[in-house]
Amino acid sequence: MAKIYSTKTPKNINLKPKDETVSFLLNYSKALSVINYNKLKFEALLN
Amino acid sequence: MNKELIQDAELVSNYIQGNENALSILIERHKQRIYSFIYSKVYDRDITEDIFQDTFIKVIRTLKLGKYNEEGKFLPWVMRIAHNLVIDHFRKNSRMPKFDNAGEFSIFSVLSDSSLNAEKSIIKEQVEKDVRRIIEELPDDQKQVLMMRMYQDMSFKEISERTGVSINTALGRMRYALINMRKVIEQKNIVLTN
Repeated sequence: MAKIYSTKTPKNINLKPKDETVSFLLNYSKALSVINYNKLKFEALLN
Repeated sequence: MNKELIQDAELVSNYIQGNENALSILIERHKQRIYSFIYSKVYDRDITEDIFQDTFIKVIRTLKLGKYNEEGKFLPWVMRIAHNLVIDHFRKNSRMPKFDNAGEFSIFSVLSDSSLNAEKSIIKEQVEKDVRRIIEELPDDQKQVLMMRMYQDMSFKEISERTGVSINTALGRMRYALINMRKVIEQKNIVLTN
């Protein structure tokens, strides 16, 4: 009888960013503030 | 579908007005699609993570600076940023090709660290010390030629001029010096390999 070689089904990859990445982005957003001064915009990272 | 688009637009305007939580909802809502999109292009988790992060850094900065003007088209806009960053990534990599070391060919099988590790440098020191001791055993004329040739890197012509003997004599002394050293090494079973 013929042997049936089955290939492993590829793992269902969890395609999501890491929690650290998301939390970094949220913290970055909180830290970034834009200062308006005479029609000029300054970015400031307040950490 | 329409409802969600309106919600996105609302969240974006809430975020611009200072509601940080709106961003968290937006990321949560779209992270999987954006991440999968990037992964489908680069096939590398770490690079995907980097590009995903850069994409949202760009999104955050644009929104905070008030430069966003595509109301109701938040996701396509983010996707376009991600797409551009993926292109940037490939452009950068084509300028600086990298070996990812994932295939059959491993770059590390060709490259090696030529500097000696601690053990090897101790052995090298020991070997050099032994060689010096053997040289000390040689007759003076042979020792002189060998030292000039090996340690002072002089040519046989220079050696003959310095010692006042012919080149052939200097060559002969060198030859006997080596023969005698080999004899001593053999007799005393000295191992001079690193």
